[in-house]
Order: sequence, then C-alpha cells, then structure tokens
Amino acid sequence: MHSIGDWFDQRLQLATSVRATMTHPVPQQTASWFYVFGSAALTVFVLQIVTGILLAIVYVPSAGEAWNSLQILNHEISLGWFIRALHGWGSNFMLAIVLIHMVQVFLFGAYKFPRELTWIIGVLLLLMTLGMAFTGQVLRFDQDAYWGLGIGVSISSRIPVLGPWLVNLLLGGPIIAGATLSRFFALHVFVIPGLLIAFVVAHVLLVLTLGVNEWPMPGRVVRRATYLQEYHQLTREQGVPFVPAAVWKDIFFSGFILLSITACAAILGPFGPGGQPDPTIIQTAPRPDYFFLWLYAVLSLLPPSLETPALLIGPALVLLVLLGLPFVSGEGEKSWRRRPIAVLTILLVAVALGTFTHLSEYAPWSPAMDAWSSEPIPQQYLKGHTALERQGALVFQAKQCHNCHMLDSRGGQRGPALDVVAVRLTPDQLVRQVIQGGGNMPAYGKNLSPAETTALVAFLETLHPAKQAPARDASRVLALGAGHDGSPSIEP
Amino acid sequence: MTVTRRAFLVKLGIGFNALVATMLAVPIVRYILSPIARERRPGYESWLSLGSVDHFPAGQTRFATYRNPIVNPWDGETATIACWVRNIDGETFQVFAINCAHLGCPVRWFPQSSLFMCPCHGGAYYADGSRASGPPERGLFEYPYKIEAGNLLIKAGEIPTPGDVAAIAAEKPACA
Repeated sequence: MHSIGDWFDQRLQLATSVRATMTHPVPQQTASWFYVFGSAALTVFVLQIVTGILLAIVYVPSAGEAWNSLQILNHEISLGWFIRALHGWGSNFMLAIVLIHMVQVFLFGAYKFPRELTWIIGVLLLLMTLGMAFTGQVLRFDQDAYWGLGIGVSISSRIPVLGPWLVNLLLGGPIIAGATLSRFFALHVFVIPGLLIAFVVAHVLLVLTLGVNEWPMPGRVVRRATYLQEYHQLTREQGVPFVPAAVWKDIFFSGFILLSITACAAILGPFGPGGQPDPTIIQTAPRPDYFFLWLYAVLSLLPPSLETPALLIGPALVLLVLLGLPFVSGEGEKSWRRRPIAVLTILLVAVALGTFTHLSEYAPWSPAMDAWSSEPIPQQYLKGHTALERQGALVFQAKQCHNCHMLDSRGGQRGPALDVVAVRLTPDQLVRQVIQGGGNMPAYGKNLSPAETTALVAFLETLHPAKQAPARDASRVLALGAGHDGSPSIEP
Repeated sequence: MTVTRRAFLVKLGIGFNALVATMLAVPIVRYILSPIARERRPGYESWLSLGSVDHFPAGQTRFATYRNPIVNPWDGETATIACWVRNIDGETFQVFAINCAHLGCPVRWFPQSSLFMCPCHGGAYYADGSRASGPPERGLFEYPYKIEAGNLLIKAGEIPTPGDVAAIAAEKPACA
C-alpha cells in the first residue's frame, strides 16, 4: 500500500504540500462549531453536483418534454423521485447554509483586512447560489416556472433603453418557449456551476493563504500595519494543526447536514412539478420558491410609482453595500460585542425578510379567486334578515366581493374584512365606496344596478356587533328632516 | 530598456492570439445576440386569426388562444398563447393580452363583476382593460385587430412586457 503511494508521489510531488496544508496552524479558538458553515456549504455543493448529474441523465431540456421527463423521474424510474428530492432539498439547505455562513462571517468581522477579497468572492458566490436557485426553479418546468419567467422578464423589461432587448435575449426569442428553457438549462448546468467552481477554488485558496479568521475578542482591534504580525504570532503561540484539531467538527457537521437533507428528501419528497407549463391554463396562482417569497411580498406591497425605481436601484444598492463593506470598515473592532450597528443590521434584515416571507405564505394581497363560489356567507349573517338584505348577500357573492373581503375569517384579504363594516361606514359612505371605489377598490358603478346597490348596502348595514348600532350621519336628520337618518329600519 | 528577441516574440504571440480572439468574438457575440438581432424582419409580430367573429358574441368577453407565429418544433404547449377578446357592440373589439401589465401573470375575467383579476399581486382591471386597482401602473396590453372575411385577426407574436415601448403605445383599433 505504502509503496503504491510512494510510486504516485514520486511523480506527483504533492504529499509535502498537502500535508503542510492539512496541518497548517489555526488559532486554537477557531476550532469551533461556529466555523463549520463554509465547509458544510462546500459539502452540499458537491452533493448538488452529484445529484444534478444524476438528474441530467434523464431530464430532457425541451419545452415540450421537460415536464413529462420530470413525471417519469418521479413515478417510473426507481428512486428517481428521491434523487429529485435530494437535489431540491439540497438547494434549500445550500442557500440557508450560505446565508448563515455569511452572517457568521459578518458578525465575526472576518471580512476585514486582509480578507476583503475573500468576502467579495463570497458575495459573488452568494449571487451564483441565488442564480442557481432561480434557474433551477425554471428547469422544474411547470406553471410556476412558466409564469415566474414572465415575472423575470417583466422586471428586466423595465431597465431603461436595454429592457426590451434584454427580454428577447433572456427568452431566446419573442415568447417563453423551447429556446428559453434551453438557455436556462445551459446557465444552470454549465455557466453558473463553472463560475461557482472557479470562485469556490479561489475562495478556499484565499482562506488557506490568509489563515482562518481568529476568534474576535472585544478590544483586539484590526490595524493594517500590525495585523499580519499579530495573527502570525497568535497562530505560532496558540495555534493547533487544522487536521485533526479543527477538522473533526467540520466533518461531523457536514455529515449531519447531509443526513438532514436525506431525511427531508425521504420524508417530504421532491418539489413538484406543479401543473403543466401550458400558458392557456390560466386557473393558476403562480408562487415563487421559498427563498424568493420575500421578493413576492415586496413586489405586491410597493406602491406602483415606487416599484420600477425600487426594482432597478434596490439590487444595485444592496450589491454596492455588500461589495463596499470591507473597504468602508476594513479595520477596527471585529467582535460583535463592540459592533452594535452590525448586530442591529442583521436583526433588521432578518426580521424584514422573515416578515415578508411569512406574509407571502398566505398572500393577503392576492384576491381569493374562487371565494365567491366556494365560500358561502356564514349563516349567522343571514338569519332573521329581510328579503332585501338577503338579496344584498346574493349580490355580495355574485359580484365577487368575497374574493377580496373576508366574512367570518373566510374569503380574500385584499380589502378589509367586512364583519363590522356598518360601524365604520354610514349607508351613504357605503354607497359611495361601492359605486366609486377608491382606496385600492375598483369602482362598481357601471356594474351594479341601483336595485343591486340598494340591496348590497342594506346587507352591509347589517354587519355590526349585536349590541352596537351602525354608524350614521348625524347631519342627515338636520338636512333632510326626521326619517332620513339613514338607519336600516326606515318606515315610510 | 532593451527588449530581448524572445520577450518580444512572447508579446507578439500574445498580440497575435488577441487578434484571433477578437475575430472569433464577432461571430460568437452575433450568435448570442441572435434573438434580438431580429433578422426575420419586420420583427416577431404578424397578423393571426382568432377564428370566426361569430365565436365572440356582442357585449361579452371571451377567452381565445392562438399559435405563436414563430415557433420551434420542440416548443410543445408553450407556443399556444391565450388572450381575452371583448366584443363591445358587435363591430368594435378589444383584444387584451393574458399577461397582467404588472409582472405578466395570467389575468382572469369575471363576467359577474366585469373585472379582470390577477392571482399574483392582486392587480384588477375594468372591462375596457383600464386599471382598476392594485400594483399595475397601466391598463392591460392590447393587440391591434382587424376583421377580414368574417375572421378576427390580431397582430401578435411577442410577450408584452411593461417596459416594451411598443406595447405601452397601445395602438387603437384601426377599424373603429
């Protein structure tokens, strides 16, 4: 065995440098469970390459056949579903680990001198990983992928001057079709992975060259003039060999992550594909994958006038901040205990992204497209009411009011729930709101007969708590005389 | 500074390769840009039939589909595009793109409330395609149309997007 190894090393001449790399001293405290995320991301990346190649054996990157080939993978090829599940869950885990790694590096000040370039390449790696997630979602060529591409090109089209050309370039033609899928296949399988491998190599080489970031201590300040000397002194005095002192934690964590991915894949199965990518099937509500849900919320909640500027300037600004970070704060305190703004920034970003993601899970901004026919008006809102009021309830259903307004927590949430609307609006205000719309509600004036409006408002007037009278306009009696106070029980 | 003959030859060799690379780049870039070079003038759009006018009763808005004029054999079902046809009074039509003017999701027509609603970000449009509420900045995209020999024809062939200048300058029906 030994002699075979020697035979190869005589020719390769690698053993010395490999041994030196493995046993290079790292600061003792960095042999920590906080320093395992980078290696875990690399492990998952390798898993993605392996499972990706396995999927490419069967997958057909053709708009007419891709969806069918995914069905065959899911249902006909033994364990095809499991490889798809591994690749899908691997993608989610990879993004999550890359983000955690980034947060840890940021909070531990590891992007500071002399590791600026390592951070910049890391930012590029994050972009590549996001690119892989988006293009991967496209290759799962279903309804979500089809309309997701539509959203992608609609955003790109807003770039001044170049937009319309960019749309054709991205789609490979005038519409989302075969040429589009082929392009995204090339991006997902050749272009981005190639760049990823190159950047990962550079990233790891830099980590080896510059040494692992030491454990940040409050008060141990980074200065360009003295840092390198201090770091080498630290590793000389308190250094431990990377193998085996630190690496065993990396190995165990990577194994744990692989096991988690396997468990998720085996128990929860693959993602989709959803409905066929047939653009004439419009009974669909496209949703992005988990890691883009926050963007879905932002696109729904931005006011129309702000959307284009925010979409075009926002990403550039974020990228500029990330790339500029090591140049702005390349020196100084590393410890998060002495960097309150850094900690607050992370908390703010996490809360914002978490809130947007949570909102997207029930998408209150989208109308519930079938609530008008699938959610009946609760019984208690009809009992003991007049024929006119019940007619109004019918109008409420037939005119799709329920798609945007909830009653008894059922229906859409695009507009406010109407359970106690009579307390908020007087009959006149209700008529005005229904006919003219406003506040993000369409005007129904052209679409409701006077009889329908009267009935609808009579029904809405009944929506108030049992012991609380509906709102009324006090000046109405003064202006029109008694009997015109707008209360629902007017007797002629 | 004296340049040795060999150092000069290295530089000359690099320069020679740069020249060849530039020559190679021209066809490569043209190949990559072929979807926007639009060699198939006059562009991607052409007049397409949506079938007999009788399929679209007066006063109603109906769903229609067409096969995109420029297709590849492997496009499958993606080359069939949907649109909404509104017959206003038996003579005047409006043909709306299926794509929401916000971010391109498929809008659905609700005849009961005379609204188009989008399932993605909640855009809504009136029967005439004008914006009713939600994030869209404008009304639905409209295809130019004409009637020939009892058939409804529209000029289409490219996905309408909010940034497309041609789509924004919503052409009015020629035969109103």
